[in-house]
Amino acid sequence: MNHSALTAQPPHPAPATTPSARRQRWRAWLRPGAKGAPLVVLLLVMLVYPVGQLLLLSVHNGNGFTLIEYKRLFASPVYVDVLLITLKVSLWTTFFSVLTGYPIAYLISSLTRERKNRLLFWVLLSFWTSFLVRTFAWVVLLGRNGVINKILLGLGIIDQPLSLLYNFSSVIVGMVHALMPLAVLTMLSVMENIDRRLPSAAATLGARPGTVFWKVYFPLSLPGVAAGALMVFVTAIGFFITPTLLGGRHQTMITQLIIDQVMQALNWGFAGAISVLLLAVVLVVFLVYDRLVGLSTMTGGSSTARKPGRSGQLSRQLGDAVLTCLGAVTDALISLLPRRRKRAAGNGESLVLRAVVILLLVFLSAPAFLMIPLSFDAGSGLAWPPHGFSLQWYQQIVDSPLWMQALTRSMLVGIGTGILSMLIGTPAAFLLVRGGMRGKAAMLAFVLAPIVVPRMIIAVGVFYFFAKIGLVGSSLGLVLAHTTVAVPYVVITMMAVLRNYDTRLDQAAHSMGARPWATLRRVTFPILGAGLMSSFLFAFATSFDELTIALFTSGGVSTTLPKQFWDEITMQISPVIAAVSTCLFVFIAALIWVADRLRRRSLAS
Amino acid sequence: MSASNLQITGLSKRYGDFVALAPTDLDVAKGEFLTLLGPSGSGKTTLLSLIAGLAQPDAGQIHINGVDVTWGAPYERDIGMVFQNYALFPHMTVAQNIAFPLQMRKTDAKAARDKVMQALEMVHLPHVADRYPRELSGGQQQRIALARCMVYRPSIILMDEPLGALDKKLRDHMQLEIKRIHRDLGTTIVYVTHDQEEAMTMSDRICLMNAGAIAQLGTPADLYFRPKSVFVADFLGESNLLDAVVTGRTGDQVQISLQGIEQGRAMVYDPVIADGKPVKLMLRPQNLKVHEDAGGRSDGGGTLSAKLTDIMVTGSMTRLYLQPHKSDAAPLVAAFPTNRLGSQYEVGQTLGLSWLAADAVAIAD
Repeated sequence: MNHSALTAQPPHPAPATTPSARRQRWRAWLRPGAKGAPLVVLLLVMLVYPVGQLLLLSVHNGNGFTLIEYKRLFASPVYVDVLLITLKVSLWTTFFSVLTGYPIAYLISSLTRERKNRLLFWVLLSFWTSFLVRTFAWVVLLGRNGVINKILLGLGIIDQPLSLLYNFSSVIVGMVHALMPLAVLTMLSVMENIDRRLPSAAATLGARPGTVFWKVYFPLSLPGVAAGALMVFVTAIGFFITPTLLGGRHQTMITQLIIDQVMQALNWGFAGAISVLLLAVVLVVFLVYDRLVGLSTMTGGSSTARKPGRSGQLSRQLGDAVLTCLGAVTDALISLLPRRRKRAAGNGESLVLRAVVILLLVFLSAPAFLMIPLSFDAGSGLAWPPHGFSLQWYQQIVDSPLWMQALTRSMLVGIGTGILSMLIGTPAAFLLVRGGMRGKAAMLAFVLAPIVVPRMIIAVGVFYFFAKIGLVGSSLGLVLAHTTVAVPYVVITMMAVLRNYDTRLDQAAHSMGARPWATLRRVTFPILGAGLMSSFLFAFATSFDELTIALFTSGGVSTTLPKQFWDEITMQISPVIAAVSTCLFVFIAALIWVADRLRRRSLAS
Repeated sequence: MSASNLQITGLSKRYGDFVALAPTDLDVAKGEFLTLLGPSGSGKTTLLSLIAGLAQPDAGQIHINGVDVTWGAPYERDIGMVFQNYALFPHMTVAQNIAFPLQMRKTDAKAARDKVMQALEMVHLPHVADRYPRELSGGQQQRIALARCMVYRPSIILMDEPLGALDKKLRDHMQLEIKRIHRDLGTTIVYVTHDQEEAMTMSDRICLMNAGAIAQLGTPADLYFRPKSVFVADFLGESNLLDAVVTGRTGDQVQISLQGIEQGRAMVYDPVIADGKPVKLMLRPQNLKVHEDAGGRSDGGGTLSAKLTDIMVTGSMTRLYLQPHKSDAAPLVAAFPTNRLGSQYEVGQTLGLSWLAADAVAIAD
């Protein structure tokens, strides 16, 4: 080694604090700040402050701090019962949604792209069709003079109509129907990442199909099952549409209690106390989930299964033994099935699987489709079977200023929400994916908070906040509130899009002399166009379907479509609702079709 | 054939209109290392999947140890398979991965534990037993995949481009490792690769495939020195292929007229080649001798003069790119170990080329 050559090198230039260097450093701070700030400000003003205010109300009345609301909450068995019913309904909903969603997700994840898209369409159609429309369909199906009773009577199976509505099972059926698509889509995101060669590998190593499934595929899909269960549970616990419309007095859920306190009793303190309880349950569920599975699976990351400690060893062995048994039992069952020559073992079971999945998809889609013939009924009320053909109910919608104003309002608010969410969410997604800043995980958790916090709590908090500053009933207020709940979806979608984007294309543009803005305009955005459009649609659809916030903050003549729908069905069940449902259903189907087109175009480029 | 371990007769597979595998016969002897070599889409992976039972054939039979397994499920075949990206179960530790096939065979726990440790020692990784696959490097994962396959002593091990994801240096090392394990265990191995160098160094026999059919089956030396077709000559190693016409045949040597100008002699292994037949003359770059004088001396094979268009020193070898004087002839490559003399040649200079009759092969065109 030549020492003289080393020492002869000029010393490094000192990091002088020249004006330009200082400006550089400022810029390094400012850029990420400018990208993330709008989102942070929005969430602070529209989420943290209102919810904090509401929680504060529960422990603070005019005279100072008090726990009187909590004493009241736990003193009466009524409220404790409501909490227990809420948990019971949510748990059963979660169980059945995951159980029925699993085979659908399993089959979809195993198909080739073309057939996958066809099946996925039905799941997405249900997913995006308003909860209101789907719940209303169950009212029509299960009612005393509903479709099921009419058919059973017609077939002579029963003599008088069964009371199928307003009980525990009708709530569960409605809730599972509402939330199963969510379970399917969440599980699917994990199942699609399972290496399809692993089951093949297990087969070459000597495992029979049942054992392959239970010992290899099922354990690998468990993070998806956990994520699906989590999503369904936290959504179910904050649900009020289905229990209100399909449940009786004994199926009152906690969110209905909050609505009552705010709308009728005007007792903000007590509403706040119930909200704290609800929020606490949700946070505990998230904490347990994080300890067991890890939250990274939520955004599509792989499970960070840690090495089990000594205490985990026993439960692991137990689980392994159970799975081994399940595998052996399944294999024994499969061996009973007649086996055809020229077919690999496994095709027999997949026929069964296919039949099950088709039945489940019919269960998912049929109720909403039922609205279509009913909406063209020429009779005078909702009757099954429908008679004749008329457009009278559609005519009624068009003639009704209430419906038309609600439609215009929803469109305006939806488009406004879409645009604002994009403007705020896209830079934040860039920051989260590209920026090498510290505290990324904390930032992401903060961004996802509007999904985690039950919608009802946000709605009540925002209502209180808007009432004070006079934004209740204004479109601006609705756009702001809807943007708060829609923006996490935009950020997640854009993050996924950006992760798949090859940043070397930007570097190539830079190398050819393009400045950052020119690169963005000429290279990045044209390629990301489809992704931007679909996240806009995501935000639009979230707002267009939003009821909880609109329930409080859109009053009087300026209601939104879901609010108008809600007011209408809680008062009377008319075929007008079927006509509106049909319109919404067709609109959503068209949106999905457009989004799918966009996605394909982005894949082709 | 009692020594035959794997017997394939008339096996074929189509995907719609695409013929993935034309009716194919293949016998693999016990303890043999057979490589399925070919470009992508040549049918080698299809053939391997059919043997493994991961796909079903349209026609034909597969016998393993004399038992017809054509329609049998993978788990009934007594095979082992090493996948391209290893396919280690991510939710099981290394030891659990290796124990998996033993559990499927209902080996008792104690014996299984011993066998797992033996297998780990065989691949020199006894210390990673309790780690998860993702905590291992690519080369280590590869060795675990091997151990998982070896541990239950299947009568045939199938390997689907097992070294494809490794870098050059690690790949060379793993080739030696696989050869050593093959020697120690004496298992039959059917190995798929598109890397001709890998096939040459590892195989007892190579089955070179092209467009869903076997192009040539034989030892590496067979394929290298006695290619039966232009495809084989071109795919395995580098070769110059010159248009020629046969003017006379005596035994396994032929007189040829090279592009109508030069005369020469070459070896011939194809019985159908006779007088007047157009052939391709195969000359490996390293078998071409370069002379400063354009006239050149004959080494008994033939001579040719050509203009030097480029010189390339690739390290241990120097490559000369040459254009024969007949204008429409394909350019040639000559290669020799790099030495001081090589640097004296100048681009544009006319050089003489000569070769031995034993190094030239006439192939049916």
